[in-house]
Formats: sequence, structure tokens, C-alpha cells
Amino acid sequence: MQATSDEALIARIASGDRLAMQVLFARHHVRIYRFVLRLVRDQWKAEDLISEVFLDVWRQADRFEGRSTVSTWLLAIARFKALSALRRKPEEGLDEDAALEIEDLADNPEVTLEKKDRSAVIRKCLMGLSAEHREIIDLVYYHEKSVEEVAKIVGIPENTVKTRMFYARKKLAEMLKAAGLEQE
Amino acid sequence: MNTINQEPSEREQVEALLPWHAAGTLSRREAERVERALAGDRELARQFELVREELYETIHLNESLGTPSTRAVQKLFAAIEAEGPRAPKRRSFDLAGRLATFLSRFAPRTLAYVAAAGGLAIVVQGAMLTKWAVKEQTANEFTLASQSSSEGPSIMVRFAPGATVSDITSFLAAYKAQLIARPEPGNFYQIRISGLKSADEIATIVGKIQRESKVVDFVAVRE
Repeated sequence: MQATSDEALIARIASGDRLAMQVLFARHHVRIYRFVLRLVRDQWKAEDLISEVFLDVWRQADRFEGRSTVSTWLLAIARFKALSALRRKPEEGLDEDAALEIEDLADNPEVTLEKKDRSAVIRKCLMGLSAEHREIIDLVYYHEKSVEEVAKIVGIPENTVKTRMFYARKKLAEMLKAAGLEQE
Repeated sequence: MNTINQEPSEREQVEALLPWHAAGTLSRREAERVERALAGDRELARQFELVREELYETIHLNESLGTPSTRAVQKLFAAIEAEGPRAPKRRSFDLAGRLATFLSRFAPRTLAYVAAAGGLAIVVQGAMLTKWAVKEQTANEFTLASQSSSEGPSIMVRFAPGATVSDITSFLAAYKAQLIARPEPGNFYQIRISGLKSADEIATIVGKIQRESKVVDFVAVRE
């Protein structure tokens, strides 16, 4: 049996179908939560924000035009709300220096390296990236968004998406190297 | 990728695509392009292994973030409940939405038909028009606008094979057009644009629609 498509759910939500809302929420809320949490770094705030994201969906479902997938639409709303919560305008993007101020590295990469755990070091460095770089890496790797979809979510040209991903990876490589992890 | 003003080399372009190739989100053509490059470039293949490792760890990291508590869902549905029952929207005012739904229903048949007919010469057949019977429509939930000659002439259009549902709904919204009949054989649709009175206005609109070649590949006024 084929599951109801997200687009069909949105159409039902637009007509006030609460069950469709529950299905859509169940289908997407965890990923949206994780995306928001990675940006705001506050579980309580992230939970509030996903409620707001889906409440927007409930109110604005009739405006969904199908120009992107529903998950892309949700991520774009979530990003806007997360950035608003961080008191930033989305078009300004995330300033790297400011973003680093909200990093929460428990210890530096050198200390982590002592654990001799390559995976742990990589994850630690991924967490240490700027919010802007974390965001694009998450969208590409975890949320499986294409270049075009990332461009829509973040609101930047497709070439900039590729460039930003390139520099995110470059930064990650530098951090890994600083942590003693040579990429062989 | 290393300079701003210089066009990236083919290798640099492929390297930039590696993350999306690892995630499986490239088009088939681009994926084949990357595969070809990987097959003949050991350094690039090494880069790809690193990308795959980053991808794996990124997934691992995100999955370790846990899930939200039930507070989120409770808060959401409390807010929805507080808004009360939603008055059903009159579909006649939700043109884009209802047309998207309507066209989606016909998509498999319609799109296949349009694609097959794409290479044929476009001929409007008077006999086809005689089959038009708007008031017999039973298009499931979708109710087509009733036809009345006093509300302006009907215009026949056929949507281009490459036009998406989104393109079509945007086109109809832009022209404030209403679909007034189900598709005829050949995927001709009849639309009505309100406010058109004089022959000049009609000719102007038809001329404008003719230039919408990305969305419409045929347009004619129904006499």
C-alpha cells in the first residue's frame, strides 16, 4: 500500500483535516527538530520552534504551491524561525565569528584525539564548525537535499551552495588536521 | 573553486559535486559524470572516500541528537484546537490549489498523452469542440466553473509537455483564468479570462499567451 504523499497531506490540511496534520507531523517532526536544534542549540527552544513551524503549516497549507518538496518547504520555514529566534534576519545568513561564540565544545579537538577515536574526532569537528557550515553540511548529508533544494532553503544561488559546501569541507579538513587527524 | 574570476576546471566542478554524489541527490546525468571522473582519478576517488566518511559521521551525529518530547506535539495541537474548526474554504476562491489537485489527478494520463502528442502538428478540430458539455462535469471534488458566454469568450489552450503543474497553476493565476471544462482529446483545455470584452482585448491576451511558450504550446479563441 502506498503511503499518502506529503503533497496530498498538505491538500487535506488546507481543508482542515487534523488527522492529516498528525500524519505530516509524525513523518517530519524529528528531522525538523534536529535541524532546528543544530541551529539554536537549545532543546526547549527547538521544541517550541517545531510547534511553531507546524502551526504555520496548518495555517498556510493552502498557500503551498508545490514549487518544492514539502520537506524542503518545512526546512525553509524552520530555518527562518530558528534564525528569527536567534534574532537574526535570514538574508544576513549566519556570521561565522558570531556563530562560533555559541559553540559548545566541551573540549578542544586535541583533547578528543587522545581518545583515539577517529569517528568521535570527526563528529567533534563537525560540531565545531560555524553554524553556517554546519547548516549546509546537515542539509546535504543528513537531510539529503540537492543543490537546488539547498538554494531554496537557504536563499542563496546554486553556485554559492556549492562554494559554501566546498569551504565547509575545507574548514572541516583544517580542523581535523589540527586535531591530528590526517586525511589519508 | 580556488578563484573567483576563473572558471573552475572540470575536475574542480566534479569535486564540488562529490558531497551530493555521496548523498545520492545528483541527477542521473551528473552522477554518471562524477562516476566517470572517479574511475580515472585516484586522488578524486580518495576525496570521495573522505566525503563518504563525513556523510556517515554527519548522519551519526544527527541521529544522536534524540527526539523532541511530547511537549512539542501537545503544544501544536493545543494551538490548533484553540483556533477552532476551520471554515471550509470555497474552492472557487482557491484557484491555484484546486487546479493543482485537479491537474494532478489527470497527470499520468494527461502528461503521457501530451508527451506522445508533442511532435504532432497542432490542429484544432471543430468536432472536438462539440463534445464540450460543461454542465455534465463530475470531476470528483473539483467543480469546474460554469460557462456563460456573458462572462467572456472561452479560450482553448494546450499546455506544453514540459510545463509542470506549478507552471500551469501559476500561469492560470497570472491571467486570472478559470478552467471551464475537462480536457478534450488532444489535451486541449478551455479557459475563461474574466473581464475580456472587446476583440482587441481578446487578441492582446491571446498574443500574450502565445508568448508563454514554456507553458502553453497552443492557444486559440473558441468561436
